[in-house]
Amino acid sequence: MVEWSDSERKTIASVWGKIKVDKIGPQTLARVLIVYPWTQRYFGSFGNLSSASAVLANLKVANHGKTVLNALDKAVKNLDGIKATYSELSQLHCNTLNVDPDNFRLLADCLTIVVATSFRSEFNPAVQATWQKFLSVVVAALSSRYH
Amino acid sequence: MSLSAKDKAAVKDLWAKISGKADDIGQDALSRMLVVYPQTKTYFSHWKDLSPGSAPVRKHGATVMGGVAEAVSKIDDLSSGLLNLSELHAFQLRVDPANFKILSHNILVVLAIMFPTDFTPEAHVAMDKFLCALALALSEKYR
Repeated sequence: MVEWSDSERKTIASVWGKIKVDKIGPQTLARVLIVYPWTQRYFGSFGNLSSASAVLANLKVANHGKTVLNALDKAVKNLDGIKATYSELSQLHCNTLNVDPDNFRLLADCLTIVVATSFRSEFNPAVQATWQKFLSVVVAALSSRYH
Repeated sequence: MSLSAKDKAAVKDLWAKISGKADDIGQDALSRMLVVYPQTKTYFSHWKDLSPGSAPVRKHGATVMGGVAEAVSKIDDLSSGLLNLSELHAFQLRVDPANFKILSHNILVVLAIMFPTDFTPEAHVAMDKFLCALALALSEKYR
């Protein structure tokens, strides 16, 4: 069972509250597709992903980035039940989408970097530690129903 | 995943912009590593103060970034260029190579914070590849 201190709860709520999903979502997914190009295997229907600028201009990438990041809201609002919260999404990613769960870690890393770009020195070591702890719980939950 | 000519150019380009702040980058990356990945503190039990920005952290951050600078200058042949550093890490320091990834991640986070406009997705991928190649060169002599 994951334990969250009051300070961690506050930090997560605060960081999430300041994240502009419409901006950070698209940037994050774009970075994943650019920095780890093999992840493009899941997005054959998205059109032109052939260069960094194409990825950054791609509307399907932008929209999907928003979808993915919006899904974090459930976890923020339910810190004590993240595993249960993502049970169905985990099954979906395993059974229907056939996504290698290592990709969750790649997305989490890119999200951390994009958040760092946006928050800058406010994203201090303690905040980074809490944020990464939160994302690692989300990643574990999304991997939990894989078989 | 070897470094293309484009990657090397991107790394040198980014390095030119950030090298003036190398010490700050090193200090911040190391500070974050020790806080976010507490298991890394096991390598520094001989330090009096492991808190962010402490004197030993600042000094060691500069040392580490000196190694990165050397790697940039020897980017065309990292494994032979970093032979001495590899032997140091393999036989004396014996740092578990998994930690190279951890430190690399924190270097990237610091670059994102300090150079948000320069650390574009293209710069990010080139730098990530470079740090991976650097880590590989450092682990050359391990076994």
